[in-house]
Amino acid sequence: MLTINNAVKIFSQGTPNEHKALSGLNLHLERGEFVTVVGSNGAGKSTMFNAICGNFLLNSGSIFVDGQNITYMKEHKRAGFIGRVFQDPMKGTAPNLTIEENLALAYSRQKTGPFGAAVNKKNRDMFKEALSEFNMGLEDRMQTKVGLLSGGQRQVVTLLMCTLVTPKLLLLDEHTAALDPATAEKVMEITERIVDRNNLTTLMITHNLNSALRTGTRTIMMDSGNIILDVSGEERAKMTLDDLLNMYSLKKKEAFDNDRMLLS
Amino acid sequence: MTLLLGSLQLGLLYGILAIGVYISFRILNVPDLTTEGSFTFGLATSAMCALSGHFVLGIVLSIFSGALAGCITGFLQTKCKIHPILSGIITMSGLYTINLAVMKNAVNVSLIGKTELFSYVMEKMPQLSRDTVKTALALIFALIVCIIIIRFFKTHIGLCIRATGDNEAMVSSSSINVDATKIFALAISNACVGLSGGLMAQYQGYADINSSVGILVVGLASVIIGEVIFGRRSVTIGIISAVVGSIVYRYIMALATATHIFPAFALKLVSACIVGIALSIPAVKEAAALSKIKKEAGNDAHN
Repeated sequence: MLTINNAVKIFSQGTPNEHKALSGLNLHLERGEFVTVVGSNGAGKSTMFNAICGNFLLNSGSIFVDGQNITYMKEHKRAGFIGRVFQDPMKGTAPNLTIEENLALAYSRQKTGPFGAAVNKKNRDMFKEALSEFNMGLEDRMQTKVGLLSGGQRQVVTLLMCTLVTPKLLLLDEHTAALDPATAEKVMEITERIVDRNNLTTLMITHNLNSALRTGTRTIMMDSGNIILDVSGEERAKMTLDDLLNMYSLKKKEAFDNDRMLLS
Repeated sequence: MTLLLGSLQLGLLYGILAIGVYISFRILNVPDLTTEGSFTFGLATSAMCALSGHFVLGIVLSIFSGALAGCITGFLQTKCKIHPILSGIITMSGLYTINLAVMKNAVNVSLIGKTELFSYVMEKMPQLSRDTVKTALALIFALIVCIIIIRFFKTHIGLCIRATGDNEAMVSSSSINVDATKIFALAISNACVGLSGGLMAQYQGYADINSSVGILVVGLASVIIGEVIFGRRSVTIGIISAVVGSIVYRYIMALATATHIFPAFALKLVSACIVGIALSIPAVKEAAALSKIKKEAGNDAHN
């Protein structure tokens, strides 16, 4: 479904601040895989997401989605089949538009054409039904401006916006990190339900190592712009939090040792 | 009575301008200075067409000339990445020359004795009085524009424009083409402004190259007066309130000049003051609230 070949991204190239955010990254996702991505700050997780979404072009390498080369495709064209939820609940919805208008924004273009009425009875009923599944009472507040909702509710609306028209690829960028633990749990549960039902190919960045192992079907760990660990299946099922943490610090220690060698 | 009717007619015709300003200022969230050029562009186009006998064509072309001006500003803003205000200033300055060229290098053009929309309808329906025709036509145009624009902002592309003004970061990471949306919105906004100019030319029977000096402030004042009356609610109410605001603005101006509170040449200054004061109300409120909190905290400390 998603294939990244030898992706390299260098920021501020040719200056003293030169930084290699992705160094020859290779990744392949099968259809329906739910991959959790862990790694420390600056490991290149978000850079990988930005590269897939087309916020910038790669220095070298290529990206394929469903066999189609999207390396040079424009950002808004990719967004047609890639759904993305950010950490910041403010980023995914328009605060002064109502819930139904936000949902219509994501839904109606394919269905009604640019000059058709954005919200009509038929899709309003459909939005209502989709919202009622989450038991958050949002289905009764369709005319409420999204700016008045809580962060968790906004994330749920964003999630729904990304998946109303089934995307080929869903990217979740720490989408529960800004929420309180109870709400985060709830949003996570909703996420799993949506992914499961639509059999979505999903990449999810998380700093919660526990949920990284529990959710999804495969876990990758990133460091300095590359994948240093890739576990799935039985190996992953047997893996405990401690194993993962050990792995994490082992890699960190290696880096630390290298630094020490450099300094001595 | 003449004063009342005259203000109503002017208010409705400038109400179309106010709708255009509302679209750029409130929906797209960018004060668009193109208005200052596109109004005269519509005015000049319409007057020159009427001069050669094609007054209907003149009104149609005034819409397109405004839209063209909006597209140019939109292009500068999005594709050339020039600051929105500066883009408007560039288009506006360039349009001054274009407008002069349209008017064949004359500073003003008179339509006296020529057939234009209003005199044509009067001729066809002699049983109606002058004022009835003028009021009815102004009302019809304002209504049609209101209905079209209100409908438009309920379509998908209308929703995209509203979202772009509301949360650009979100729209740019979605499947919506932000640049095209912005250009389209500015075209619609300036089409309204151009139409307002085109109607004004035929209503007053002349076109002047300086008609649009300060016209943005007039539009802003109308939008703000409308918001004072109706409050800031949905887009539908916002568009209606812009037109109502424009009518009220004309009444205030007519009353003030008729009663000699201030001379006619002070109109622009008064408009500017209205806009300046109205836009600073939120900041004043905030400061007042803050000082109240401070005061109460001070009292508590003493008790």
